Amino acid sequence: MSAAMDTESTYSGYSHYSGHSKKAHRQGSRDRHKSPRSKDGSRSEKSVTIQTPPAEPLLGNDASRAEEGQDDNWGETTTAITGTSEHSISQEDIARISKDLEDSIGLDCKRYLGLTVAAVLGLLVFLTPIAFILLPQILWREDLEPCGTVCEGLFISVAFKLLILLIGTWALFFRQPKADLPRVFVFRALLLVLIFLFVFSYWLFYGVRILDSKDTNYQGIVQYAVSLVDALLFIHYLAIVLLELRQLQPTFTVKVVRSTDGESRYYSLGHLSIQRAALVVLENYYRDFTVYNPALLTASKSRAAKHMAGLKVYNVDGPGNNASGQSRAMIAAAARRRDSSHNELYYEEADHERRVKKRRARLVVAVEEAFTHIKRLQAEEQQKAPGEMMDPREAAQAIFPSMARALQKYLRTTRQQQYHSMESILQHLSFCITNNMTPKAFLERYLNPGPTLQYDRDRWFSKQWTLISEEAVTSGLQDGVVFVLKCLDFSLVVNVKKIPFIKLSEEFIDPKSHKFVLRLQSETSV
Amino acid sequence: TAAPRAWPPRRPWLRAGLGQLLARTDTEQRIEIHKLRQGDNLILGFSIGGGIDQDPTQNPFSEDKTDKGIYVTRVTQGGPAEVAGLQIGDKIMQVNGWDMTMVTHDQARKRLTKRNEEVVRLLVTRQSLQKAVQQSMMS
Repeated sequence: MSAAMDTESTYSGYSHYSGHSKKAHRQGSRDRHKSPRSKDGSRSEKSVTIQTPPAEPLLGNDASRAEEGQDDNWGETTTAITGTSEHSISQEDIARISKDLEDSIGLDCKRYLGLTVAAVLGLLVFLTPIAFILLPQILWREDLEPCGTVCEGLFISVAFKLLILLIGTWALFFRQPKADLPRVFVFRALLLVLIFLFVFSYWLFYGVRILDSKDTNYQGIVQYAVSLVDALLFIHYLAIVLLELRQLQPTFTVKVVRSTDGESRYYSLGHLSIQRAALVVLENYYRDFTVYNPALLTASKSRAAKHMAGLKVYNVDGPGNNASGQSRAMIAAAARRRDSSHNELYYEEADHERRVKKRRARLVVAVEEAFTHIKRLQAEEQQKAPGEMMDPREAAQAIFPSMARALQKYLRTTRQQQYHSMESILQHLSFCITNNMTPKAFLERYLNPGPTLQYDRDRWFSKQWTLISEEAVTSGLQDGVVFVLKCLDFSLVVNVKKIPFIKLSEEFIDPKSHKFVLRLQSETSV
Repeated sequence: TAAPRAWPPRRPWLRAGLGQLLARTDTEQRIEIHKLRQGDNLILGFSIGGGIDQDPTQNPFSEDKTDKGIYVTRVTQGGPAEVAGLQIGDKIMQVNGWDMTMVTHDQARKRLTKRNEEVVRLLVTRQSLQKAVQQSMMS
């Protein structure tokens, strides 16, 4: 693994590439490899490839290389390239591939195991009362005391209660699992254990007292079955309260901060375990947070690099790597140096603002003008001019060229260009035309970065999450708990605070007590 | 109008600069105004504000916003009050011996505009006076 760690340190620079060029890298290097690249990259070892001689530039024309690779004498002129070359996949890409692979296999077994156990138990529980009633009839029918109306009434009540139980269980439990959590739900497990013990004890009693002794009091047996069904309904009520109702009342306020750009949100939660709170936070993350855009982070990184780039430390007093002394010296020197990077930042940001506003103005004007060329045909008019009619897609394609350039420039300035392909823009345009949207409604999607859900899944950068917590993830939320939800590129730091105890007192104001006086300041001339 | 009588004699430093006022020890000033006859009325040439029935917080001239005394809010140019040395912002403490610190606005007006009086003698205090004396006492 140490060799792999080496490559990781070499790649510290490359992992800061924007997603766009990294993808180009990956695709380029994939084109070059002759062997079919299946997703077997789950082995996180270095990839050794055999290629034509590497005399190309770094961000080279990857597409053209694919054809050049068909060299006849590649056997003689090959070079073995290890993981330290620019053309193989970086460590991060391998990690990403392996995680994508784990997505589809592995943890499903645990989920299905839980589901099957619950289903079997449920079926057993459902059939138990019926078995209680039927077994005496089957086994010792002749000995049973006849019980007429009372038993029939009880049969009806058992039937309806079972029906209600069935509908209730279907409503509460038969749902698509929407998430895969690291640990078992404590309450669900407790409930299953409780049900199992309960039914087991009933069967035990039944087996010992009724089956063995062949009790003839059929009414008593039926009433026993009815009591079982009643108790099951109460357990169902308990399940609702424990699993659904208890966490509805908000008790905690949770602050979620994204580590890369500091965007933060607050949410209200009830009594939940840490893993369920993490689930709620993630569900809201996809809706509330703007999409993670690595292109926006390059500016601050280059500034950070410039801060430390200007200073070099030379050890004059002799050998010996006094690392802490060096860093302290650098910090002191950086503090003393009068650098004007704040000035640069201010002017750069002001300039960027102006440029964005200008491009935005051009874009809005272009789109408004483009939309004026389209008019919707009413039903009567549709018969009159059949020749020129266009469906929404064609209409979109017709007006798109006039606004394409302005839109492209705006997206480039705000660094959103990789989130919108031409196809997606055309689709959105035809969608807007179909639904009679104004130019402003069409542009709403492009002017500001939207939540992650709005974009294509490939661009999300955030599909596989890890919950990092100092407390056990099944323990409940407490005041001051901090946990981190980490994905490959960034993490969400979650801070839990308790909603304070609110002391509310009342005060009665008599409606007749609202009285007023005039406050004068008159001036008299004498 | 009659020639001004001396009661006490008109001190020359009534209109003097601040420097000479530093010689005084009390913060009050006596001003004698001779009313001017205009038609049927005798006017003094200034306006008053304040009074115990008024809102003291709206008084722009008072230092303490709970002071309900009578203040001079305007002095007409060239009128008898200006000639006598009354300034805008002065607080009137006495008029002809009658106290003006605890009167209503209307009572103050009546005391100043008595028909048979031609001369009113005011005891006023002024913030600039008070500050000047305080400064001279401290230095």
